[in-house]
Amino acid sequence: MTSLSTTAAPISEQASCAATGLAALAPRALQLTNIVKSFGDYVALDDVSFDLRRGEVHALLGENGAGKSTLMNVVAGLYTSDSGTVALNGSPVIIDNPSVAHRLGIGMVHQHYRLVDTFTALENIQLENGHGNYRRSMAKLRDRTTEIAERIGFGIDLDRPVGEMSISEQQRVEILKILTADARIIILDEPTAVLTDAEADRLFTAMAGLAAEGNSVVFVTHKLREALTYADRITVMRAGKMVRTVAPNDIDTTQLTSMIVGETIVERRYPSSNIGDPKIVLKGVSQAGGGDDAPISDVNFTVREGEIYGIAGVGGNGQSRLAALLTGLMRHDQGRILLAGHGALDGETPLALRELGFACIHSDRAHYGLANDLTIMENFSVSAVLAGDFGSPFKIDKRRMRASTQEAVKAFDVRGVRALHQKAGLLSGGNAQKLVLAREFSRAPSIVIAHSPCRGLDVRAAAAVHEHLHDARDRGGTVILISEDLDEILLMSDRIGVMSRGAIVAEFDAPADRNAIGKAMTGHA
Amino acid sequence: MEFLINWLSNVPQSAVPFALAALGLIVCERSGVLNLGAEGYLLVGANAGAGAMLTTGSPMFAFVLAALAGGALSLLFALLVINLRMNQVISGLTIVFFAQGLTSLIAARNGWTSRSFSGLDQLDFGLLTDIPVLGPILFNQDAIVYLTVALFAGAVFVFKRTEIGLQIRAVGENPAAADSTGVSVSLYRYLAVVSGAMLIGLAGGYLSVGVSKIWVDDMAGGRGWIAIALMIFARWQFWPALAGAVLFGCIEALIPRVAAVGLQVPQYFVLMLPYVATLCAMVWVSLDRTRHSGVPAALGEPYVREERR
Repeated sequence: MTSLSTTAAPISEQASCAATGLAALAPRALQLTNIVKSFGDYVALDDVSFDLRRGEVHALLGENGAGKSTLMNVVAGLYTSDSGTVALNGSPVIIDNPSVAHRLGIGMVHQHYRLVDTFTALENIQLENGHGNYRRSMAKLRDRTTEIAERIGFGIDLDRPVGEMSISEQQRVEILKILTADARIIILDEPTAVLTDAEADRLFTAMAGLAAEGNSVVFVTHKLREALTYADRITVMRAGKMVRTVAPNDIDTTQLTSMIVGETIVERRYPSSNIGDPKIVLKGVSQAGGGDDAPISDVNFTVREGEIYGIAGVGGNGQSRLAALLTGLMRHDQGRILLAGHGALDGETPLALRELGFACIHSDRAHYGLANDLTIMENFSVSAVLAGDFGSPFKIDKRRMRASTQEAVKAFDVRGVRALHQKAGLLSGGNAQKLVLAREFSRAPSIVIAHSPCRGLDVRAAAAVHEHLHDARDRGGTVILISEDLDEILLMSDRIGVMSRGAIVAEFDAPADRNAIGKAMTGHA
Repeated sequence: MEFLINWLSNVPQSAVPFALAALGLIVCERSGVLNLGAEGYLLVGANAGAGAMLTTGSPMFAFVLAALAGGALSLLFALLVINLRMNQVISGLTIVFFAQGLTSLIAARNGWTSRSFSGLDQLDFGLLTDIPVLGPILFNQDAIVYLTVALFAGAVFVFKRTEIGLQIRAVGENPAAADSTGVSVSLYRYLAVVSGAMLIGLAGGYLSVGVSKIWVDDMAGGRGWIAIALMIFARWQFWPALAGAVLFGCIEALIPRVAAVGLQVPQYFVLMLPYVATLCAMVWVSLDRTRHSGVPAALGEPYVREERR
């Protein structure tokens, strides 16, 4: 391994020097060489090499499931690699435990924070830093934390329980936690997933400050803009492999996209060519009780066969409630929902709706979409079992169930499936959504209700979802797409309704004018 | 007045088993391990204590052995729930039934059953003990009563003011957080489970050596379950648990005295009182929705370091 890394070093040095200028000249803080990590038969990291310089902010970019977080978890000692070497400041180290990483000055902020909610910020920080006399170290730690927080511009109340803090404050506690533990290598896993743009900007300003002091920062992201704006160097990973390390100045968005997905994905508008008769008609539908979303009142719209009806709007204007009505989770108080060939819907259960040809893609995938603790096969088969596709309820034909799941997993390109009896919760976001699609579309639905189906998905997964929605429509289905992402609405819809304060306030035929929709969304036109 | 002093001076003795058992339970559960085995630890403690008294006659030795017996049984429990990650409810219940059988067997084999022995002496603080009213209630108790108060103070100190306490609480609230900072979840859970069980074992030893001065099968009589209720009632806090234990001590000390003063209450009704009080306490706690129940967030969940989720 040693000889390998020494021979490999000069080559990568030249390449990255040419590409990245100053950052590459700084000494290596961390070097990963030929890392392999597999989970069962699934190879999550396939011969990955990565280097991090002192004083740089480095973006690790890739799609969901590309192995970015896995790689960083290897560095943080949560996973042990099957083979490969890790060198810290030039000397090889073995990090087989988080406490080893901790001792070596490697600190990681996980995507889901590891904070004890009932503890104050200071207690959480103490947990990372404990030794010796508790009271004295508490006092010392308070001074030290305050000093670091001021230096990097983190205002925070150390005596507040973190459970009462906002997400961005919690993130600051996490970062202070690793900084007070003398971390020189700071790893942030998807740090901006839950931050507003302004918060993200402040975070990266602080990180740039840390890097300027000679620390190294790695952040894992799937957002191109973020990598291009805030990183000194960008390393792209794809499907468990390392693609390339580049400097943001030497590359543009299109090139970067094709590195991430392996091909260029440009989604185009694809209007319906075959719009039929009205399929579902809402007349004066109102609903107020229960739920957090705004009440809806007097909602009117009609969606025809072979049509995608997009519902745009700022989140919290009644979209969730409308989705709940259309998927049978709630029942409307007033008005009528008419379904062609059936008549008025009146509080049909989700099961009854399913029998009427409804397919539902809920926005809360983890809650309504999949049962995370059940297997992939069970999640896929649950609706088909009820319909009797796999034999009677008393004798389920497991073999047929397995075969059809296998087929669907293949047809819908669900990746990361190591075994059909693996828990659905282990799938990455995009693949979990594909599994939902596979189940919902396996029965050729005539009506699809999709609420934010691409939330949290990467470009490729989103494109796959869109393709399936188009397919459903082209088969003569009726699609209602509720989304807060205006780009998605514009791309997908044949007609667009704008929802504001619980009502459809405007309708547009596609292609619609983005500004006009924007005005209707906010102006209550 | 005479009745009152007589009653109240017996309260500490009745309260100690509840107090120590609740203390041990809280220590254990604050680390996130659900412990339904309290009744079992009480029994092995009582059994070991009685055995030690009958063979050596030394109370000191009896209490040490009682605590060790509780600790030893808990090693089995810890192995099941921490290493093998078995269901904590079922494992806890198993401990109870196992202990019932085991202690009856040991007692029968050695002929300990229903043989009384000399117990523990009250301490005499001289002048303090002579204070009217308060003297007999507060300053004429045996050593374990005072030790119990000291153990509570010690536990509060450890949990609030030391690093070990912080780490045990972290393991009980968010083991993943503790793990990622390098705290060994298994180690701290073992520590909490075993030291908690030793406290409950001590409580059991006090039952036989300090209170009844005799071994009878199943002599814990549901006190372990009451201690669990007490812990929930106290929202897993130490001082409220001690207060609750005193309350139950009052009820239990009242039971033999109700008949003595000639009140015509059915015997079984009186015996039922602690359990009625338990039910009422539980209802009261669950009705009060405004306060946090205090349950450690990770209670009952085996910890597995996440691989791909």
